[in-house]
Amino acid sequence: MSGAFRIPSAGRLSQAKTARFSFDGQSYAGIEGDTLASALLANGVHLVGRSFKYHRPRGILSAGAEEPNALVEIKRDAARKTPNVRATVQELYDGLDAQSQNRWPSLSFDVGAVNDIASPLFSAGFYYKTFMWPKAAWKSLYEPKIRAAAGLGVSPDKPDPDHYSSRYAHCDVLVLGGGAAGIAAALAAAETGVRVILADEQAEFGGSLRFESGAKIDGQDGFAWAQAAVAKLAAMDNVRVLSRTTAFGYYAQNFVGLVERVSDHLKTPGRDLARERLWQVRAKRVVLASGAIERHMVFADNDRPGIMLAGAARTYLNHYGVAVGKNVGVYTANDSAYAAAIDLKKAGVNVAAIVDLRDNPTGPVIDEARALGIEINFGRAVIRVGGKLRVSSMTVQPKNGGGERTIPVDAILMSAGWTPSVHLFSQSRGKVAFNDETKRFVPGTYAQDCVSVGACNGTDGLSATLDEAYAAGANAAKDTGAKTAKGTKPKVDASESWSRGMLGAAPGAGADTTVKAFVDFQNDVTAKDIRQAVHEGMRSIEHVKRFTTNGMATDQGKTSNMHGLAIAAETLGKPIPEVGLTTFRAPYTPVTFGAIVSHARGPLFDPTRKTAIHPWAEAQGAVFEDVGQWKRAWYFPRAGEDMHAAVDRECVAVRKTAGLFDASTLGKIEVVGPDAAKFMELLYTNPWEKLEPGRCRYGIMLREDGFIYDDGVVGRLAPDRFHVTTTTGGAPRVMNHMEDYLQTEFPHLNVWLTSITEQWAVIAVQGPKSRDIIAPLVEGIDMSDAGLPHMSVREGKICGVPTRLFRMSFTGERGFEVNVPADYGQAVWEALWAEGQKHGAAAYGTEAMHVLRAEKGYIIVGQDTDGTVTPNDAGLDWAVGKKKADFVGIRGMARPDLVAKGRKQLVGIKTRDPKVVLEEGAQIVEDPKQAIPMKMIGHVTSSYWSENCGRSIALALVAGGRDRMGDTLYVPMPNGVIEVEVTGMVFFDETGGRLNG
Amino acid sequence: MLLIRCPYCEEERPELEFRNAGEAHIARSANMAGETDDDFEKFFFIRSNPKGIIYERWRHMHGCARFFNAVRDTVTDKFIMTYKAGEPKPSKLPGVGK
Repeated sequence: MSGAFRIPSAGRLSQAKTARFSFDGQSYAGIEGDTLASALLANGVHLVGRSFKYHRPRGILSAGAEEPNALVEIKRDAARKTPNVRATVQELYDGLDAQSQNRWPSLSFDVGAVNDIASPLFSAGFYYKTFMWPKAAWKSLYEPKIRAAAGLGVSPDKPDPDHYSSRYAHCDVLVLGGGAAGIAAALAAAETGVRVILADEQAEFGGSLRFESGAKIDGQDGFAWAQAAVAKLAAMDNVRVLSRTTAFGYYAQNFVGLVERVSDHLKTPGRDLARERLWQVRAKRVVLASGAIERHMVFADNDRPGIMLAGAARTYLNHYGVAVGKNVGVYTANDSAYAAAIDLKKAGVNVAAIVDLRDNPTGPVIDEARALGIEINFGRAVIRVGGKLRVSSMTVQPKNGGGERTIPVDAILMSAGWTPSVHLFSQSRGKVAFNDETKRFVPGTYAQDCVSVGACNGTDGLSATLDEAYAAGANAAKDTGAKTAKGTKPKVDASESWSRGMLGAAPGAGADTTVKAFVDFQNDVTAKDIRQAVHEGMRSIEHVKRFTTNGMATDQGKTSNMHGLAIAAETLGKPIPEVGLTTFRAPYTPVTFGAIVSHARGPLFDPTRKTAIHPWAEAQGAVFEDVGQWKRAWYFPRAGEDMHAAVDRECVAVRKTAGLFDASTLGKIEVVGPDAAKFMELLYTNPWEKLEPGRCRYGIMLREDGFIYDDGVVGRLAPDRFHVTTTTGGAPRVMNHMEDYLQTEFPHLNVWLTSITEQWAVIAVQGPKSRDIIAPLVEGIDMSDAGLPHMSVREGKICGVPTRLFRMSFTGERGFEVNVPADYGQAVWEALWAEGQKHGAAAYGTEAMHVLRAEKGYIIVGQDTDGTVTPNDAGLDWAVGKKKADFVGIRGMARPDLVAKGRKQLVGIKTRDPKVVLEEGAQIVEDPKQAIPMKMIGHVTSSYWSENCGRSIALALVAGGRDRMGDTLYVPMPNGVIEVEVTGMVFFDETGGRLNG
Repeated sequence: MLLIRCPYCEEERPELEFRNAGEAHIARSANMAGETDDDFEKFFFIRSNPKGIIYERWRHMHGCARFFNAVRDTVTDKFIMTYKAGEPKPSKLPGVGK
């Protein structure tokens, strides 16, 4: 027997398929097909958690996704621990291990429950009023103590070992919700032959047909009809049926996000099976059939375990074969609770009494309940309940006051009516309208190509629902170009009909400060809190929501929003539509990060770019650094070397003999066409028209505002062909910048731009021996200083493959950059390396490259400039063509503030103590004795130990820097002030003789 | 995710393929160097930032790579129409005012 509360004659599960599970270490038996909630209830367990703020004992409220209370942790192994799983959604599997949350030391005895007694301290706005001052309390009290006491589950502490998948899909008609309405709409659309996707969050389709025992369609029990209809749909080629799939977000242009739970219900999910699958669906038409959610009654201590929604109790009975109690009470303002009482009574459960707040309602269900001998009390309210860990009694009183009567019960079923589930409609930016007669917000003005059908549209009754849904499905298909449907509309043979309920607090949940009549169970918000928020001055419902946190928990107020709104409206003395509904936001139910991220994590988070020479560097034991998406060799440590030793050795080797450097990541753009030079004139500050083919020039690119955007050496290969290099990180944006101007501002220029970054591998060979290393391998290029002077480029062959050989230097030494087609990059590198070995050359990485260029005062855009530096600030006025009539940035550069005195200028900085290396980013002041906050006049942009100079060197942006040569300035640091001297930017070989050395 | 019609590819493609490039129809002066401070300020810094219809530039970055212009409603985020770079600002917008 799978639990003492299982009724063998009721429900649809097969008793033969037992599944063992544990909750808080205790072992229980359930049945396959159970949810964790139904299995617990079958074993008489209602107490499943403690509440967020007051640590009040909580039971199972619902039988679906709206559940605010029954949140548990599901543990598969040390890494697979999922907090805040709704027990009403989690399907049972053999061996399932669940733990309750937010309690210590145990669920039935929780120290935190002291909060409940101290609750007057924690009323609405508590955080806003308390977490203010003193500042120190943030560290000592608020964060570690108060916040730790609140909250629900505990985050997993290990990386998620599961994998998730992601799919895009397109369809003509997307039907969201697989109850009677959704199935009918899907049938109508599918029968026309258009592409249909039908999705439902439950494991089985049917929606409220799971509990509506009075529904008969096409001669079958409603639930059986649903299964047959979905089986028929699933067999059609043009239909995709997705169960366990929640539509969580409705975005622009009918783009809908769905999450399919693929394996959370399986005992041992296969390793190849994703845990969840994200579907991103673009639909021509969307049919919303999301149903309605039952509201609870707002009365004193309505959160005691054993008190639940009437529809949920009915689902547990009619679908799972579980009685939620042996002696149940009913508290309602709505007919549907009667149907629950009737079903339970017929199943042999004692129904102690129905308490109906309405005065003299009439209807078939009321008559039937009476005929079954159930006691019915009209015009009465439940003002009190007995029991703490489980409800034990309800105290009833006429709603206008009078004599009390206490009735023993072990469960209370409640219903205040049904709220149309307009979440997705609202997310689609549709505007809801308030129906004053039925007191419901229903879809009003549509913003997208969608339609709502059934309960979510405020349509009552199964017949009307199927009519509306079938017509809507057929219309949606027709809108996408389908022909007339061939099928027939499902016929309703029997159905149930309910009248409406109430909004807001029931009598007895009055202003009394000790009464806790919960509106929002998950965030512990009571009717009193909402009234208090209004009294404290909140007028907008959005303010009331934030002040009380009503509807802000992970259940997003599915059961609480309408009650909260009604209480606020009543307190404000305004009609409900004037107060207005809070905004519905995605996700409809919580979505895991895993589903959103899918495979895009770890090494797949961002593409990794590697150069052709990467494998060689890797084999040499290089340490790599990330530069944008590139992996660049940072330094090449030899045995026993740390980073500093390796970098010092590499720097010395370059200046003593030679070094090889992989510069392949440099951005490269080929600018080609009859107007190429004109285009270059406009995009760079320098003059280009007169640059002879075969020569190179250092170019500066500005933005229109006059600030440096990028730089690089440009070689003119032919009158109509430039080989432009950019910074490594700047390549894509420079290309975009160039294309933008070429396409939109200078479209008259006949120019083609091609990114050639990945086509050419670049090997920099720098140092006094560089020519000796290269020359033996080169054919067809005169390697003499006259034939290939500094800042020139030649095309020829190296190692038998084509090369663009640049004579240029980013080290201040005689230098070359050997461009070869990327496929030959490593082979040519290895040949150069072999030659280099004869001369004692070293491979050097990006760190040595940085040091060597700083020794020469060569800037790095993005390190020594920050988007507010002009060519003049950087000491690069010489690179701006003075006679040019136009280039991008020419006017911005002349703005008053950009030519004003006192701007920060790039200068060299030497520490008085040569051994001290400044920190990059350190601030510079004139007077270290001034009061804090000191006036900062600049900051260090580059700073290194230079083994070649035998001292530290630095570059800095300093206000009026070039007028301060030789001045002493100060760099205040946490452990003392560092004295520095302002110098020129060149620290090594000031005359530049080594370029030809 | 929005669908954007590229006027060069003549197809609606997902937003991921595109990149916004700021307000459209702001012409760069043919005599840039001679612009006054005020004119340069208007050209470079001042943008209309309307609530409602905006004319803006987009680039079909991961498609044909062309820049084009679009008319979008900043309230509904709906694209009213797109047209090629260099074409004049449309005098009539389809479907606006309905």
